[in-house]
Amino acid sequence: MQEIAAHIEAGLPDAVLRTEVVRGELVVWVKRESLVAAASYLRDDAVCDCKMLIDVCGVDYPDRDNRFEVVYQLLSHRLNHRIRMKVATDEDTPVPSLNGVFSSAGWFEREAYDLYGILFSGHPDLRRILTDYGFEGHPLRKDFPLTGNVEVRYDDEQKRVVYEPVRLTQDFRSFDFESPWEGPERMLPGDEKASKAEQAKG
Amino acid sequence: MAEQLIQNYTLNFGPQHPAAHGVLRMVMELDGEIVERIDSHIGLLHRGTEKLIEYKTYTQAVPYFDRLDYVAPMNQEHAFALAVEKLLGIEVPERGQYLRVLFSEIGRVLNHLLNLTAFALDVGAMTPLLWGFEEREKLMEFYEGASGARLHAAYFRPGGVHQDIPAGMAENIRAWANNFPNFIRDMEALLNDNRIFKQRCVDIGIASREEAMDWGFSGPMLRASGVAWDLRKAQPYDVYDRMDFDIPVGKNGDCYDRYLVRVEEMRQSLRIIHQCLDQMKPGPVMTTDGKIAPPRRGAMKTSMEALIHHFKLYTEGYHVPAGETYTAVEAPKGEFGVYLVSDGTNKPYRCKIRAPGFAHLQAMDYLCKGHMLADSVAVLGAMDIVFGEIDR
Repeated sequence: MQEIAAHIEAGLPDAVLRTEVVRGELVVWVKRESLVAAASYLRDDAVCDCKMLIDVCGVDYPDRDNRFEVVYQLLSHRLNHRIRMKVATDEDTPVPSLNGVFSSAGWFEREAYDLYGILFSGHPDLRRILTDYGFEGHPLRKDFPLTGNVEVRYDDEQKRVVYEPVRLTQDFRSFDFESPWEGPERMLPGDEKASKAEQAKG
Repeated sequence: MAEQLIQNYTLNFGPQHPAAHGVLRMVMELDGEIVERIDSHIGLLHRGTEKLIEYKTYTQAVPYFDRLDYVAPMNQEHAFALAVEKLLGIEVPERGQYLRVLFSEIGRVLNHLLNLTAFALDVGAMTPLLWGFEEREKLMEFYEGASGARLHAAYFRPGGVHQDIPAGMAENIRAWANNFPNFIRDMEALLNDNRIFKQRCVDIGIASREEAMDWGFSGPMLRASGVAWDLRKAQPYDVYDRMDFDIPVGKNGDCYDRYLVRVEEMRQSLRIIHQCLDQMKPGPVMTTDGKIAPPRRGAMKTSMEALIHHFKLYTEGYHVPAGETYTAVEAPKGEFGVYLVSDGTNKPYRCKIRAPGFAHLQAMDYLCKGHMLADSVAVLGAMDIVFGEIDR
């Protein structure tokens, strides 16, 4: 895997930001602009030879500048290895579509667009795919509520299905079972006194 | 003669159509009876599985995988269990691995039984379906015996399988496996040389090697196009590396080859099932790490530590070290993968499910172009579509 990583870095000096091998899985970070060139290289190069695009998916990290990661899983049948290619982007900047390199990219990119709102430039048919007709928002973003925003029911008077804002009979509860000393840092009322006292001492 | 304007006819196929294998809506553009273009509308069964998993602990995420491809539920759990194990860095005891392989292969037979016989029904043969469901029922009983549920098993869990199979079940499985080739023979006698069946399948929906690769096919769809690729052989997981079996490969990549490949896969699955039953030795089925595997009910009645572990595991769950992995298994339909991102807490940060049917259905437009309307049903049937996994 390390050799393939070195080979890719040597073959694509301008496109690759960095490579890493974690748990035997090769990850290649690619510049957004040169994504198509990188994908073509990974497909056609004899050492990489990834003829199949297995999957495209988005991951949302709201804290980062480029909040989305687009992850491409590539597979070589001949050499029996997988390469994971990653690109970072934000809500407004489109990622070049790989539809011209792999036909299978079409629906996977539509899915990433639908669920995360990641834009793909040069995609022939960038429509929503999994969500409802006329759906608003991108449900897999971390800031999209789990309950959604609208609910449907059949209205017997209008004789059709109607959309209404979600009404919860009970507040949405996100249980946090993590131990206080292992879980995320949190401030309980009164905690600020402790940190003030520490500051005063220090 | 006056010029006539001929308009293409647009036909709505589904979402309620018995041959759509679920809730698929296809907007077909027809020129007479020739399919010009198919626009598949999916997502009518979208339940937000990936979003829900982000809000559940790793243990609670397991049952969602049963609800993806509900025809062979345990194969889906397998991918998730392997992914979590990879991040946790734990080993599954040998018997647990054998049981997983055993039930994965039972799942494969379950899936192919439904797919092949429903496919035959789609193209006009009713009997195989009725016979196939009888066999499926027997396999469902094994599922029920092992996990307590016919469909939504939640049997493969990170760390192994939930519990050992009951006494006597191994013999029952063997008795079934000895008998099952008779069913395959009967089914083949009905279909293999059946003139109508062949007319409907041969040379329909052809995908060449390169096209199959380009469209991301996997599983029987890829093998029917002549690529000898099987993750059980190429990237073996659990005890598949100890199993002796062959990979059936097609030559033409048409619907008939897909059928033949699946029939042969059922025979190979039987070989694996026999080998599992022969090689399996008594032993633990779940990892003995008390921080991941919940204690047995009996231990909880006498041991305080077991009780604490049980409480912690079923409320907080276990923490998975930060990292990410893509782990795939050879599910009956093709490569079923889980891309799991962990941030070190007790819930997955992201769990992307790669369903084989999604890539297959995508090629529907390509495979059907220029075929007759009725052929699209054959292509769809041979693709092995289940909407639970496509829509997620």
